Amino acid sequence: MTVTTPVAKTVDARGLSCPLPIVKTALAIKELASGDLIEVLATDPGSTKDFTAWTKSTGNELVESSVDGAVYRYLLRKK
Amino acid sequence: MDQTLSLVLFSGTDDKLNAAAVLTAGAAAIGRPVHLFLQYWALDAFRADRIADDHGLAPEAGAEGLRATTALRAAGQAPWHETMRQAKELGGVEIQACTLSMDLLHITEADLDPLVDGVEGVTAFWLIAGDGQVVFI
Repeated sequence: MTVTTPVAKTVDARGLSCPLPIVKTALAIKELASGDLIEVLATDPGSTKDFTAWTKSTGNELVESSVDGAVYRYLLRKK
Repeated sequence: MDQTLSLVLFSGTDDKLNAAAVLTAGAAAIGRPVHLFLQYWALDAFRADRIADDHGLAPEAGAEGLRATTALRAAGQAPWHETMRQAKELGGVEIQACTLSMDLLHITEADLDPLVDGVEGVTAFWLIAGDGQVVFI
């Protein structure tokens, strides 16, 4: 049996330029509980490096990072 | 990293204010306290009745810079004051107006946008900056 944690929140940051995808995520994650998953959609090509650095500095976990065409998808777990 | 980052905003053109807002929001997102000190033309741009106006671009932008920023705006890029508002929402961002510039430009606290937290002199600014980094824009 596979146990999957549902995504608690999705941040749609498509079309937003740096640093708004991170800012919107930082605001959204404040309202979540520790261990909750948050999904972020972005089109800013710099967002991959930003999310990698941001999760490292804040202690939140970058569970998945993928790209589909022009859309980047990040799955994060709150510290 | 919890060392306060001090930004002196001097320039009042939209491109430089946008760069300052992006730096502020980025620092706030990693939990770094930011202390902004508004001087001269940057302070003028924070007047409540002018904050949303077109403040133009720095001379080095040229015609090509104008085209690029106009295209970004048309694509829905948030104006700098909106980015600044979001940075403040994250917390740890304090915006202070320089008293000398207030006198120079005949600005009172009541004229300023609510984004501005208060007024301080240069001595207070340096004491808060301490040994931390100071960026002048």
